[in-house]
Amino acid sequence: MWPWGCAVPGLPAAGFGRHDSYQDLGVLVSPDETNAGAAWSEGEGRAFLESVHPPDWKNPHPAGTYDFVILGAGPAGLLAARGAAILGRKVALIERNLLGGNCLNVGCVPSKALIRTSRLYARMRAAQEVGVPRPEKIQIDVAAGMQRIRRLQARLARTDSATGLREHGVDVYFGAARFAGPTTVTVAGAALRFKKALIATGARPMAPEIPGLIEAGYWTNENVFALAAAPRRLLVIGGGPLGCELAQAFCRLGSQVIIVQNEPMFLPGEERDAAQILSDSLARDGLEIHLNTQVVAVRGQGAQKLVELASDDNRTSVEVDEILTGIGRAPNVEELNLDAARVAFDTTTGIRVNDFLQTTNARIYAAGDVCLAHKFTHMADATARIVLHNALLRGRKRLSALIVPWCTYTDPEIAHVGLYVRDAREQGIPVKTFTILMHDVDRAVTDGDEEGFLKIHVKEGTDEILGATVVAPHAGEMINELCLAMTAGIGLEELGHVIHAYPTEAEAIKMAADAYYRMRLRTARA
Amino acid sequence: MNDAAESDEALLARFQCAAFDYFLSHCNPANGLVADTSRPGSPSSIAVVGLALSCYAVAVERGWMTRAAAAARTLATLRFFWTSEQSEAGDATGYKGFYYHFLDMHSGRRAWQSELSLIDSTFLLAGVLNASVYFSADSGDEGEIRALAAALYGRVDWQWAQGDAPTVRQGWKPDSGYFHYGWEGYSEATLLYVLGLASPTLPLSPESYGAWTATYQWENIYDCEFLYAGPLFIHQFSHAWIDFAGIRDDFMREKGSDYFVNSRRATYVQREFARRNPHAFRGYSEQCWGISANDGPGLKTLAVGDTERRFYGYAARGVPYGPDDGTLAPCAALASLPFAPEIVVPALRTLCERYPRLTQASRLPGGFNPTLPGAGPEGWVSEGYFGLDQGFIVLMIENHRSRLIWQLMRRCPYVAVGLRRAGFTGGWLRPP
Repeated sequence: MWPWGCAVPGLPAAGFGRHDSYQDLGVLVSPDETNAGAAWSEGEGRAFLESVHPPDWKNPHPAGTYDFVILGAGPAGLLAARGAAILGRKVALIERNLLGGNCLNVGCVPSKALIRTSRLYARMRAAQEVGVPRPEKIQIDVAAGMQRIRRLQARLARTDSATGLREHGVDVYFGAARFAGPTTVTVAGAALRFKKALIATGARPMAPEIPGLIEAGYWTNENVFALAAAPRRLLVIGGGPLGCELAQAFCRLGSQVIIVQNEPMFLPGEERDAAQILSDSLARDGLEIHLNTQVVAVRGQGAQKLVELASDDNRTSVEVDEILTGIGRAPNVEELNLDAARVAFDTTTGIRVNDFLQTTNARIYAAGDVCLAHKFTHMADATARIVLHNALLRGRKRLSALIVPWCTYTDPEIAHVGLYVRDAREQGIPVKTFTILMHDVDRAVTDGDEEGFLKIHVKEGTDEILGATVVAPHAGEMINELCLAMTAGIGLEELGHVIHAYPTEAEAIKMAADAYYRMRLRTARA
Repeated sequence: MNDAAESDEALLARFQCAAFDYFLSHCNPANGLVADTSRPGSPSSIAVVGLALSCYAVAVERGWMTRAAAAARTLATLRFFWTSEQSEAGDATGYKGFYYHFLDMHSGRRAWQSELSLIDSTFLLAGVLNASVYFSADSGDEGEIRALAAALYGRVDWQWAQGDAPTVRQGWKPDSGYFHYGWEGYSEATLLYVLGLASPTLPLSPESYGAWTATYQWENIYDCEFLYAGPLFIHQFSHAWIDFAGIRDDFMREKGSDYFVNSRRATYVQREFARRNPHAFRGYSEQCWGISANDGPGLKTLAVGDTERRFYGYAARGVPYGPDDGTLAPCAALASLPFAPEIVVPALRTLCERYPRLTQASRLPGGFNPTLPGAGPEGWVSEGYFGLDQGFIVLMIENHRSRLIWQLMRRCPYVAVGLRRAGFTGGWLRPP
């Protein structure tokens, strides 16, 4: 039986069996064999493995000192490895499990593919709203959706395959990396000496400390994509991005979903109106929402799980079939023997880095989830670029100079870049917000996707964009224009001079710029 | 009544008088407690009691009550609160000078396992202080009113209400302690901060107001710039007692506006939202608007025509981000009268013309939803009446007609002190 519960005859398991480590492989293992195995066909499984961890892979023999050794082949590690090779450096990349890291194997790729499938089911149910008769019977096939995920993973894995990396001049090592000193790391019995190193070992789901939860069993993003069917009743712990995305997706795949959030709103820290719209959207989908509520205990009851909830002085219990947690991620630091490398770290916040992403050992850098508060694939990418410049090109690029967007892929999506109003006010910056409602954007109206808004925060008395939030079906696409404007120092008024294709959702940005211009004219006349 | 022939003044007087009648019909004269709603078995809401205390002054001036009767009822109320149990016990009336949101109409003890409500206690205390200013005669009753008011206000432990947090907590329960969240964004809590900062005994920290206003958002929506808050009531409640016209705190100085102008703009944004009516709800129009925290049809999803509609029960509905289920709050629209009479009076007349059954008793219900089919064009209608709605109608119509409550509260020293400590300057706060 393969780790993901699917027999793949003929593929050797040597060195690649069931992993119990911090990283990727456990993710493909279903904790509940009865609901597993929708995943891989033999051909796809073989092709996937050939890309991300070839079963017959032979680690190279280190010769001399590497210019650059990278621990972890997630988005940061892969980008850094390719970049270093292009720069002509002698580079080694060490991966304990699968190339691609969380993003490809258990994060963005599978979750966005599942969200796409679930969105379509929601659209089918709401077909009448756009003048299409609702299908008489909507047959939900979660296994088919999961198989699609596997196909996509196998396809995307080819981009950064082990053999491809080798052909590009990267020495790829599979095995657990441990520092043996300030300039040496060991892997699979080999000692690699380095001039510079990058730690990019990522993060893993945090386990909530709830009595009885471990005994009763629970899912995380690391194993939920191995499900063959949506559980009948699912309780989701945590109303952050991951919890909200998956709660909505499984609800749309037919589960009765209860989401429990120990805060007054979802997505803490996000624009409260965005959280309000999301809350309404989740309620419309049929989720049972418990805000200001804690899960205080879990008890297994045969195949069911009895979950105790507490909200102020009210205690209730609910019976569910599965529990999914999405409360945050912990950096993968414990097994690296970082003390030997004189690299300071914290098990909660990760590796300590300065603004140049240097650790307390000046030769060693860190990038991505292992050291960042913003645990996004694009931040892994951006920080790996900084490290390439600073470690290999004597650069002085700073982490603090980055303009960072992010997006929660619920329906509607919620995307943000830059400062929130509260951040600006706390910094003593007077701020004004230009808001466009999506119900005033023609394309949103014609698409029947009117829930949401665009808010652009500018410094009072100027058109300098401080930040922006977008709530829209494709907010993640729209935020990029605003990120570009902020990065390039383009003001809101100037955005009004940019012709936006009509009709598009992004026209909202031009409408906000127009509102700014009208305000300026009114002020000038006054 | 031919509404079109009725003058604006007569129309408003009719609705104001009918709204006040609620407080005569749903009060326990023995302890002064007033029911939260007119529904059978309703407990008292302390906020409604606070409104009642302010309404009595209006009633005396309008000739609906004698001064002696108003003073007697006020005194009964204040004596009850002064002598009621203040402790950590789960069935006490209050704790630390604050009170539980809902009280049993007869025993005066905590009802419905409700929270010790800081904001509702604020409205109660505003009514208490309002009464202490109004009943200024040397008579024994009126003197006792003033003494009790000072005692009730003075024993409130605002510092406890802040705990270790930079801003005030939202509530407390005896079994679970403070609510773990506070106020974020502009809300009806301005009055809470003003009274809390002015306390002569245990005031809020001077920094607390700034910490709260740091969460404000100044938005340009529909080409209208204002300090945003979604539900209409937020732009009204503190304004029932305090005249914010012409006085400014740091935030409003930065924006070159004031909170009165802000409420006016918020009222116009409400109307604009109803005019645009993005969700195509029946009844919404330029003449029919008002989206606020109020009663609703109940939590359910129904097919209405070709559209699946989701409805809510009592909820804080807001503009423009929602939630919005087609439920209108006619009382909230009317309570915006002092800010924008030129659009509020026509809205009231439209209500009377379009929905005569709603307005035939000259008293407005807690909500109605023309989108959800009912007995008439008004659709679903909230059962009975809410004391909160009726109280704010009485006070806001009076402020529009005579500025009585605003003038009285200007004379309350705690209001001026609290405003100054919050950083307000200018206008009527200027030294004479």
